[in-house]
Order: sequence, then structure tokens, then C-alpha cells
Amino acid sequence: MTIKTYRQALHDTLRSEMLRDEDVFLMGEEIGVFEGSYKITAGLLAEFGDKRVRDTPIAEEGFTGAAIGAAMLGLRPVVEIMTINFSLLALDQIVNHAAKIYGMFGGQAKVPLVIRTPGGGGQQLGATHSQNIELYYAFVPGMKVVAPSTPADAKALLLAAIRDDDPVLFLENLALYNTKGDVPDHDTPAEIGRAKITREGHDLTLIGYSRMAYIASNVADALAESEGLDIEVIDLMSLRPLDRETLITSVKKTHAAVVLEDDWLTYGIGAEIAATISDGAFDYLDAPVRRVAMAEVPMPYSKVLESAAFPTNDDVINAIFQTLEAVGRRLKKVGQSHD
Amino acid sequence: MIEIKMPRLSDTMEEGAIASWHKHPGDRVEIGDVLVEIETDKATMDYEAYEAGTLSEILVTEGATVTIGTPIALLDNGESESPAAKTPAASAGTAAPAPAAAVPADAPKPVTTSVAETAPPVAATIPAHVPLDRLREPAHSGGDGRFASPLVRRLAREHNLDLTRVKGSGPGGRIIRADLNGLLAEAPAAALHRSAPRAPVSTGPIVDEKRASQEMTISKVRRVIARRLSESSRTIPHFYVTSVADAHVLMQMRADLNEQADAKGLAKVSVNDLIIRATALALREHPDVNSSYVSDESNVTLVHNRINIGVAVASKHGLVVPVIFDADLKTVNELGVEAKALAELANGKGLSLEQMSGGTFTVSNLGMFGVEEFTAIINPPEGAILAVGATTLEPTVWGDVVVPRYRVRFTLSADHRIIDGALAAQFLRTLTGLIEHPWRIVAVED
Repeated sequence: MTIKTYRQALHDTLRSEMLRDEDVFLMGEEIGVFEGSYKITAGLLAEFGDKRVRDTPIAEEGFTGAAIGAAMLGLRPVVEIMTINFSLLALDQIVNHAAKIYGMFGGQAKVPLVIRTPGGGGQQLGATHSQNIELYYAFVPGMKVVAPSTPADAKALLLAAIRDDDPVLFLENLALYNTKGDVPDHDTPAEIGRAKITREGHDLTLIGYSRMAYIASNVADALAESEGLDIEVIDLMSLRPLDRETLITSVKKTHAAVVLEDDWLTYGIGAEIAATISDGAFDYLDAPVRRVAMAEVPMPYSKVLESAAFPTNDDVINAIFQTLEAVGRRLKKVGQSHD
Repeated sequence: MIEIKMPRLSDTMEEGAIASWHKHPGDRVEIGDVLVEIETDKATMDYEAYEAGTLSEILVTEGATVTIGTPIALLDNGESESPAAKTPAASAGTAAPAPAAAVPADAPKPVTTSVAETAPPVAATIPAHVPLDRLREPAHSGGDGRFASPLVRRLAREHNLDLTRVKGSGPGGRIIRADLNGLLAEAPAAALHRSAPRAPVSTGPIVDEKRASQEMTISKVRRVIARRLSESSRTIPHFYVTSVADAHVLMQMRADLNEQADAKGLAKVSVNDLIIRATALALREHPDVNSSYVSDESNVTLVHNRINIGVAVASKHGLVVPVIFDADLKTVNELGVEAKALAELANGKGLSLEQMSGGTFTVSNLGMFGVEEFTAIINPPEGAILAVGATTLEPTVWGDVVVPRYRVRFTLSADHRIIDGALAAQFLRTLTGLIEHPWRIVAVED
């Protein structure tokens, strides 16, 4: 075990996979000379040369398409799209090509492509640069979408994504890059499609992924301390395939669930999870499944409004308290405190 | 004038009988007053007034049975209009279907989703043809049992509970799991952990309070036991192997040892002390039994070099498992003294956390209760547990004759993820060998 940042874990994993397999190469805007907007690819151009670390023009559709072609011919491209917002420019390549080629052409070509891209917000980047739109890709059969919340999971899922023969959208998060955690020294890939129970509990199931899994763990720990609550936390890790079994098993035990997401509520990932729970654990629910999500507005630029639009720890705590009160627990309410 | 109708008091109710009227024509009625006792297919229940006024006429006399919705009385609320002139939904005001309640616009903080939870439909928006009593969610928290969470309905089905007797304390008067505590005799924690259907625990409708099930507070110890053992039972694939050993020589040896101990003023040696030592020696010979499964994610299992034996103690406060560290390095006398001291501490709640953790294997002995044999649940993160029965005289084939011999049965429960049947059998063979040649148990080695 070594303590690393999420950023460092991604960097080190990319490097070790490039050393392990010479078919692995990187493409993206400003990932070489500039070493990446978020410095994930720092030093890799110098170490591996410009054949394996390709700076591309600002043309997402073009370089994503080129990567799909390379993947079809047997290479293992890892594309960096600077933020998930810009992936919209490559939507047709991802949705209509990467996700469909294997099935549409009877398995003649696989597309072992990884698209690394951060979601997030909270950096005053405005409405067009602060979205969490991984849902668009999780919606598409043929894609895999993974979303680590810790440095260790970042490593294990990136290993799995690079070694997977299907196109994988690898969701990072701006707010997580500097978080630290223990990272195993061994190279054991995660199993894509498997959620992780990061905290066992009996009072309620709290479900999140990426930044919201991180918040879920923090809130559950804080409430264990302050209220003696025993909350089970599930980090989805993978949005497609979705590990429905783990969700259902957990809710059968706890009888209540709160789902957290950083994107918009309506038609969101939380809705899919709530439906999954209703399908698989209806007879075990003692309260309706509640969701916590972002305000249904284009993300404001103003810092005050941006903070207000994002779900906060207090929002999560309030949803937990409402749900627990609905199953007969008596708790004191926390105030809304947005600064 | 308000028409009071035969209410639906349970999901299966189709008609009801008037058991007795509590109010008579001319009586003043306040909201919440008991108007009438109604007998349903399940029970006799009080029916309370939802509106205030004066009871003007009783339409259905005591003893008569009518279907749901039939007017049973008239209540004068000061409006002189004759009931016939009003629509069936008279009490709800206008009968014209109103447009659906405006859905709140996107709130600035759309934190939660249960719109219906926070804004129940109001009577004015309900079309006249929908029976009102099916839709009205009482705002007060003491519900009338019409709504129940899916979990409650399942429990009611499985345990044959009569929900019409339960007051709902959830939002809108919904009956929630917590409201069933009085009806479910079983401890709530245990019930929550079960998922498979099981035999009904309800002892039926409560007729005599003295014979009703009682709620007993769950102690912390009991909660820990419940959690750890359900987790063990749920997650560890247990399998069980039973052996029997001839303990005749062991019993003679113990008698000899205790005679000497008596003479020297030392503590007596129990059969359990000998079995603990024998187990420790057998574990040393089969270290893979003295091991732990780490997790599904782990690449390794842990094989322990120290042999720390937990001894299950039925203390006054519940089951505790104090640990005898390095049991293989201690003499039978030392083990006996330590086991006794730990058991005394357990009864006084004086065991420290250190004394209850770090075990690598557990021995549970119910022999003192005359139990012949039983199986135990593994105490995680240990890999196995030994359940020891009573040492009793049994008719035994000895050569060509049947003679009475002391025999003891023990069952190993093992975690099949790390221990296979053959290994368990080899371990038990070693243990049987030690018990049948007991001087090897007490022989001091270098």
C-alpha cells in the first residue's frame, strides 16, 4: 500500500500499463507538451515519445474517431477528453460507432477503447463546462461506464478499463483529483459491473458514485459519530453494467434507501436505481426511495448560486433524516447552511 | 347535513354490522368522538367522527349489516340542505372534477422526490366518483391503518397480522415497520436481518393481555451477537463434520490428575481443559485449520502461527468468547485456571476488548448441559469452531462384546472457502487420537 492522490494513482496506472503493453497509447488535447490540463499525463511524453503520447488538435470527434479505428485494428488507445462537456462533440463517434461496431458487425472487430474524462463542477466554469452527463453514455448498450471515487478504485478500474475489450467511458472528477488514499501496489483490476459496499450498516442504504460516493462515506461516518446511525454505503463504481444485485440485497436488509447524484434529478441515474429497488425489493421497503441531486438549472457562474445548485452534505443529511423519520426514527433536523 | 356511511375498515371488508351506537339522536358530536362500534369480518372497531355536529338520525340500527358506503346516520353540521340534494361526495364540497393540483415548479433545491409525501392530494381535487375514504390521507400522524409500507404488508401477510388494529405513525398515517413492534413478538433486529419467509411469530389476535407477547429491550451484547452471527451465517459457507472419541482413558486419567491436584491443593482439571489443550495440539499439526479467509477481494488467506483459542462462555449477559492466547504453550492446569478466571470476568462484565479479540479458533462446549452433539456458527474472522458434546457412558462394541465406555462427540464447523472436508476430517482424526491417548495431551514437550 502507498498513499497517493487520485491524480497520482491515475498517472501511475497509465504509465505502468504503457510499460506492460506497448499497444497502449494516449491521445488527447494538450496531454503531451502541456502534460494535460489536470496533469494526469505529466512526464509521459518525455518517457514514451510522441508515437505513444499524441497531442491532438482541438477536434474531439476527429481524435475519438481515430482512436476507435486504432482500437478496431488491435491497439489499446486511452483517449483523454479534457472534460466530459467536450465529449458532446464526439457523441456520434462514441454512441454510433464505438458502442455499436462490435454488435452491428457480428463481432468482426472489437473496440478496446478507453475514454478518460472528468466530470464535476464547483470551479466556476459556467453552465457549459460544469456538467455531469455520464448518464448519456450509461444509457447506451455497448458502452461500459465506470466511475471511481477513491485513488485505489481509480487504479483498479483504470486497469480493468484498459484491459477490457469493450469501449469504456472512464469518469473522473475534478473535485476528487487531489483526494488521497491507500493504493495497493499490486496490479489487480476491478471487476467492471460490480458495486462496492464501502460501509456496512443496517439503518439505511446510501448510494452514490464518483464524488457523491465520497460524500456518502463522509456523511455516513459523521452521522455514525454524531447520531449513532448505522448507514450502509454503496459506491456504484460502474454505471453500466449496473450491479443491481448488490443494491437489492442491501435494501432488503435496510428497508430504506437514499440515492445521491451530481447530475439532474429528472430521468437521472437515481431514477434508474430507484426503479431497480422498486423492482427487486418492493416488499422490503418501509419508506419511499429518496433522491438527492443537483438543482434543475444550467449551472450558474456566480459562486453563491453554483454552491446553492450543488447538493451539499446538509442536503444529503436532510434526505437521510426524512427517510429515517418516515420509518419511525426520531432525529433532530440539521439546518441548511450554504456558504 | 352530512351522511355518515359504513366505512371500509380493512382491505378485505365488504360489509359491516353495527355493534352498538355510542351517540344517539340529539347528541353533540365532536371530531374524534366515537360514534359507533362496527363489527367487521376481522374485529369490532370504534369508528370516530370526522366532522362535528349533532347526530340527527340513525339510519341503521344495532345488529343490522350493510355494505360499505351505505349511509348509516345523519349528522347535522348546521347546513340545512337535505342530504338527497347533495352528491355522494357531499362532504368534499363541489362534485365537479377539479383540475389536478398544480405540480410545484422546479424548486431551487430539488432535494427529495416524494411529492406525494409532502403534498397529499386535497379533497377538493378529487373527482366525485372516487370513494373518498380510499383517497383521504389523514394529516394527523395517528393513521387509521389504510396505508401500509410494502414491508409492513409483506410482514402482515407472513405473520397473519391484522393491520386494522395498528395505528400508523408514518407520514400521512402510513403503517411502518416500527408500528408492528407490539405485534411481532420477535426481536426487531433479528427480524430485520431475515429475508427468507419463516414460521409466523404472531401468537394470533391478542385476547388476554397477560398472555400477549412482551417487548424486551435488546442489550448491546445481544445486538452484537445478532449482527456477527447473522453475518457469519449469511456469508460463510459452513460445513459440518462430526467425530466420536473413546474418552474412557481420558476420564480415568482426569480422575488420577485430580486426585494428585487435590493432594497438592491445585485446581481441578475439567474435561474441557483437556479438550482445549488437545484442540490446540491438533491445530498445531493442521495449521490450515487455524486460518482466516480475508475477503473476496484479497489474494491471500491468513494462516495463524499463534494458536489463540476462544472459549464460548454463556455468561449472565449473553454469549461471550474470551480468548486463551497461545493455548498450545500452556499446561492443562494453566488452561483450567485461565478459563475459569475468564468465565468469572465474563459474568462480571469485566472482560477487556483485548481478552475478547485475537482468537484464531473457538471451542464451544455444551457437554455440561448433557447435550450429546450440536453444531456451532463460526466466530469470524476465524476459520472454524469446535462444538463439544457431553462425555457420557455409552454401550460400545469393545472387541466382541458390548461394554459401557465413556464417549464424547464433537462437530467441527468449517469455512469451506479455506477448509475442505478432507482437511476437517484429518484434523478430527488427530483430535480423536489425542483424546483416546490422553497422556499425549498432558505430556510436557520442549
